[in-house]
Amino acid sequence: MVDKTHYDTHGESKPSTDSPKTMGHEWDGIAEYNNPLPRWWVIVFLVTVVWAVGYAVLMPSFPAAKEYFAGMLGYSSRASLRGDISSTADARAAWLEPMKTMDAPAIAANSELLQVAMRGGEVIFKENCAACHGIGGVGARGYPALVDDEWLWGGTLPEIVATVVHGVRSEDPQAHASLMPAFGRDGILQRPEIAALADYVLALSEGKKGAEAGHALFEANCAVCHGANGEGTRENGAPALNNQIWLYGNSRNDIVAQISNPNHGVMPAWGGRLSDVEIKQVAIYVHSLGGGQ
Amino acid sequence: MTAAVHTSPGEALHAGAEPYYEDIVKKFTIASVFWALVGLFVGVYIAFQLAYPALNLDLPWTTFGRLRPLHTSAVIFAFGGNVLIGTSFYVVQRTCRAALFGGEPLARFVFWGYQLFIVMAAIGYVTGTSQGKEYAEPEWFVDIWLTIVWVAYLAVFLGTILKRREPHIYVANWFYLAFIVTIALLHIGNNLAVPVSFFGAKSYSAYTGVQDAMTQWWYGHNAVGFFLTAGFLALMYYFVPKRAERPVYSYRLSIVHFWALIFLYIWAGPHHLHYTALPDWAQTLGMVFSIMLWMPSWGGMINGIMTLSGAWDKLRTDPVLRFLVTSVAFYGMATFEGPLMSIKAVNSLSHYTDWTIGHVHAGALGWVALISFGALYHLVPVLWKRPSLYSMRLVSYHYWIATVGIVLYITAMWISGIMQGLMWRAYDSWGFLQYSFIETVDAMHPYYVVRAVGGLLFLIGGFVMAYNMYRTVRGDVRVERPFEAAPHGAPAE
Repeated sequence: MVDKTHYDTHGESKPSTDSPKTMGHEWDGIAEYNNPLPRWWVIVFLVTVVWAVGYAVLMPSFPAAKEYFAGMLGYSSRASLRGDISSTADARAAWLEPMKTMDAPAIAANSELLQVAMRGGEVIFKENCAACHGIGGVGARGYPALVDDEWLWGGTLPEIVATVVHGVRSEDPQAHASLMPAFGRDGILQRPEIAALADYVLALSEGKKGAEAGHALFEANCAVCHGANGEGTRENGAPALNNQIWLYGNSRNDIVAQISNPNHGVMPAWGGRLSDVEIKQVAIYVHSLGGGQ
Repeated sequence: MTAAVHTSPGEALHAGAEPYYEDIVKKFTIASVFWALVGLFVGVYIAFQLAYPALNLDLPWTTFGRLRPLHTSAVIFAFGGNVLIGTSFYVVQRTCRAALFGGEPLARFVFWGYQLFIVMAAIGYVTGTSQGKEYAEPEWFVDIWLTIVWVAYLAVFLGTILKRREPHIYVANWFYLAFIVTIALLHIGNNLAVPVSFFGAKSYSAYTGVQDAMTQWWYGHNAVGFFLTAGFLALMYYFVPKRAERPVYSYRLSIVHFWALIFLYIWAGPHHLHYTALPDWAQTLGMVFSIMLWMPSWGGMINGIMTLSGAWDKLRTDPVLRFLVTSVAFYGMATFEGPLMSIKAVNSLSHYTDWTIGHVHAGALGWVALISFGALYHLVPVLWKRPSLYSMRLVSYHYWIATVGIVLYITAMWISGIMQGLMWRAYDSWGFLQYSFIETVDAMHPYYVVRAVGGLLFLIGGFVMAYNMYRTVRGDVRVERPFEAAPHGAPAE
């Protein structure tokens, strides 16, 4: 069959002058040339095949019934991973070993180790703590800020370490655990009494002297944990009420809600999830955020 | 220039015989455009979810986890599948000079059966009924239904080839047949599962552990290879020479690259599981077969691009051909990037990052969608017997909007993906990770916004196309300045 195609031969895209013959078939008007395979295409294809064979000879490649051909270089991704891990461990040993035996205050007292601990603590904090406490420990409603000097369970290095290891109201038997009574839900106080208490706590936070009725209720129900003047107590994790720092909101409704049916934050026990050294590092980092004592 | 696209010699020779059954191709064309808009819209929506998580709306049905498979299945299986089945019914009849085997009833069963499969799958995704295998999420009863429909499809296609009135089988039909047969194998192989109860949706995979992972990526990679590559190469082999009105560049190349592609593709799946529990030897094989796949993939690109020899000037006057040729260029780019990313050293950086997403979309938007748009633009006036499309200018606008969208999408994902990979592996001198995970997410935000905008442009282009086709079907022709060929001897613009 003759190639019936005629070319519009202006421009650069003119076909070669010795126009190839078509295969002689036509399907729905479509014919086929039989140009040879482009030489570069054949060469590159062969190069990839040769490379593939070479790579398969050097590397683990062909399976057998129970074993496999391990390759002439003896490469194994597991061995390679073990090598990477041990070389990283070697790089870390210089600071890791001393930190294992020292406690957090001792590490913080050593300026070189302090640098490392601050950097490591920051990484650990971002991966594990920032989801609740915020990047940089700014806190959020229900999650204490760690950048101020207001501490529920203590702000010294050993106290921070203990909080991180055991958590708060976690499953760890040594976790910090305290529960504020649900004064409303459990019928301990009546609604007008709770309202009076909320007004009293609001006044307390503003440094004012609250009403006498509220004062009496406060002394009878709250002062044992929150302190006679609302200064808070560490052993109970009872927040200070005589300042403007609020965990669950500062509106009168928030305070009424908290007295009636309180929220209780939970923090996991990180002992066992993080290594001892990691906990010391993160404690040093948190201690440095602004409020360490 | 009046390209006589619908009075081909094939049709003339066919005169007097049983007429082609093309009503079914119309149905598939409409379904293709409809599902393209749905799939692209969901894609744009989840792209904005990644940039602005509040768009998850805190409802289980609208979370990213459920909408993402809805998006992938809507674009691959609903849009891509309807394009593939529809064009295969069109091409096989004309290149075999035979009406569809099984006639109208069987073809209609394939059409409505396939749409039912899509709807069942989509309902499953949104309501959380999923077997959790990527691109194979539908549960066992949907899988069985698709198997029945697919066997009917194979019967129609193969039956038509068997009763052909041409001595030889055209290359496009080799690719369609490879696509149909291999997808059947992959679908059945990967979906072998044991239902928990006869009337319940839940099932468990027949494979466990790393075998399950390997089977899944044997399926997943070859879904790319035989659905999105071989299938759409079939479109390329019909619509590019048809539209360019030029013979296919090389029959010899088409044979060699067809068999090389079919043989090599099926082994490359393990490159999705580099540095996992998969044995080293399997990873090596996956990688070397991927490298050897480079040139066989490019054989299709060469045959597509070189077919335009002597017809390059048509790109000035025919925006439909521009879609087809640009798609082949994106195909070449994506099939170079794929082998590159399969190299273990590259993969250790690229894996699990946005680079993969960018790579997939270079192929999905640049290759699959553009060649589909080109084929659909060609088909609509032919099927509805209109003198031309409503507006060639709108085709050109669609082309530029879509192309800019793709470029924004893939460049944003390259930058974001490589940045993400580098941030993940950054250690300081003490052996601490430089960045926390959330910092890498935060750094990607601007690129997520750019990507979503790119996707939005692509969606807008889709609406332009739908409008143009709607007016074409109505029989309207827009009064506009035609694309004129440059006069003889004039310098190229």
